[in-house]
Amino acid sequence: MSASLEKGVRVLKEVIDAPIASYFNSCVHCGLCAEACLFYTETGDPKYTPIHKLEPMRRLYEQEYTLLGRLGKLVGLSKPVTDDELEAWKELVYNSCTLCGRCSAVCPVGNDIVYMVTKFREGMSASGHAPEGIIGAVNRTVTIGSPMGVKLPAVKAQMKHVEEDYGIPIPLDAEGAEYMVMLSSMEIINFPEYLAAIAKIMKQAGKTWTLCSTAFEATNAGYQIGNSDLARVLVMRIVDGAEKLKVKTVISPECGHAYSALRWNGANVVGRPFTFKVQHIIEVLGEFQEQGLLKTEGFETDRLTFHDPCQLARRGGVIKQQRNLMNMVAKNFVEMPDAGYMNWCCGGGGGASAIEEGEELRLEAFKKKKSQLDAVKPDRLVTACANCRIVLEEGLEHYQMDIPVVGLTEMIAEHIPDQTAENGA
Amino acid sequence: MNDMQFLTWVRGTGLDIAVSIFVLGVLWRLFEIYSLGRKADLAAPRDTPGASGWHTIFRRSIPPQGMVKKSPVSYIGGYTFHIGLAIVVFLFAPHILLIKNLTGLSWPALPSQFIDLVTVVTMAAMVVVLADRINKPVKRYLSTFGDWFTWTLTFLPLLTGWLAVQHLLLPYTVMLALHILSVELLLIFLPFTKLFHAFTVFGSRWYLGKINGHKGVAV
Repeated sequence: MSASLEKGVRVLKEVIDAPIASYFNSCVHCGLCAEACLFYTETGDPKYTPIHKLEPMRRLYEQEYTLLGRLGKLVGLSKPVTDDELEAWKELVYNSCTLCGRCSAVCPVGNDIVYMVTKFREGMSASGHAPEGIIGAVNRTVTIGSPMGVKLPAVKAQMKHVEEDYGIPIPLDAEGAEYMVMLSSMEIINFPEYLAAIAKIMKQAGKTWTLCSTAFEATNAGYQIGNSDLARVLVMRIVDGAEKLKVKTVISPECGHAYSALRWNGANVVGRPFTFKVQHIIEVLGEFQEQGLLKTEGFETDRLTFHDPCQLARRGGVIKQQRNLMNMVAKNFVEMPDAGYMNWCCGGGGGASAIEEGEELRLEAFKKKKSQLDAVKPDRLVTACANCRIVLEEGLEHYQMDIPVVGLTEMIAEHIPDQTAENGA
Repeated sequence: MNDMQFLTWVRGTGLDIAVSIFVLGVLWRLFEIYSLGRKADLAAPRDTPGASGWHTIFRRSIPPQGMVKKSPVSYIGGYTFHIGLAIVVFLFAPHILLIKNLTGLSWPALPSQFIDLVTVVTMAAMVVVLADRINKPVKRYLSTFGDWFTWTLTFLPLLTGWLAVQHLLLPYTVMLALHILSVELLLIFLPFTKLFHAFTVFGSRWYLGKINGHKGVAV
């Protein structure tokens, strides 16, 4: 993949559509989007104003798609977009944007700013101005199979552990299963409890499920970096796996961007509707709960709060389920200010957590999360995204806050009555 | 050209030119923007009540929770001058008369003393939002020539209209002619500046509502 300014400009020209044109023409420079962006609110630096992050794309739009802009370009009134400029914008488009979408939620004229950022990233990536950290993650996913370099043997080793510890078999490549369960590298390496939780939950619900040896990794760094070609390669792996195994539903793991990439962008990057359903694990658990297939016993008694992953709640429309699930197993569940649709990002979404040079800014932005947590002082923090979880843990450690972070799925599973005993009986 | 000839010109030829540029400009700009189209969304939609383009067109007029507190001048000043402008433009008897002459449509007017008051309040609100633009780091940072220019274009018709009605500063004929001229400038530049948001705001909100509504998110 050779990247060049020319290619970047060509890609940008392709992705600029009527919504983007309408948005650029509607902006009145009111700056309200800044108030919604944690990178602005925590630094006070106006360069982090969301709409400003799109300035090179706005100029290109004007020069290419408006009569006056074309005239301006012709007589040299409007300067062309340059490599230096895009390089300078890298920090704004990637490090200081987690695609959280709060800006789009407050814009009074209705500009979907985060929609524009995702499109701008396509041009940034094609012109060679994407951050090394995400490029590395994409390359590893394409060549090795996962952004963290996890291969099938690692997954198999984990399957074996779970089978030994819980006595529940983990199906692999089981054709005709109802659910195909995806994982994120983060879960394979850092949170092995997730797979065990799924096994327990599925067993109790009496559902058939399987892992897929050719498609176990759900994360899609191609989507985060803004490279549709690579995003397509990664989505196709899942589509091929799901169609080969003839599953009804593919379950996206506790990972916000994996969900967005597959559920909302997947069909669009491969260019056809899916033949299977895609659900986030929290949606599946919500359904099981509603249908009475999820039975738990006992309650957590310490003070718990829930961090809504942006891509699940604000950008994905899953807001009630996690609250019903929390209340199922927690006696003392409190909500942070702005929880739910307007929750603040952990600061590391959209690939930002993979950018090493963005760490300082990320920790600065974490002050927002800190203030939300300070308002309710929980004993533990529950979430449903492995990436949020890692970023939250880093931030909490940095600010010396002793609040353990747990995944909702595994917390639910802990309250499922022990089934090993039943098996033995 | 004497005062009367000036007034006659702005009422005749001037108005014709301005209205023509305005109408053609608006049509061209709308075409230029919306003919770009967009790709069909192939992801399986999720239906949620209240999540659609039409809902968002209306819903976005209401400030999101907590935002008024964060930027009171933007909201209160913004509402005041937008509503004020609408009242002055569409509910002042002479304006309705003009619209009736141009289109045949007419409706009841508000008393002119009330319009006077609204004009003063609207101008005050505009001065306040201008001061806010100069004072607030984010607004100042985002501001370009276009922002100062369009503020002036919007403010001048209010000011000259009010001065004309009050018979202040210049003879009525001249002030009225200046008022009409300032409106003509506004009409001419509206399609080609950020003032065009008066038209695209509906399209933008609709797209936002539609794109997010597809995901079952009511925005």
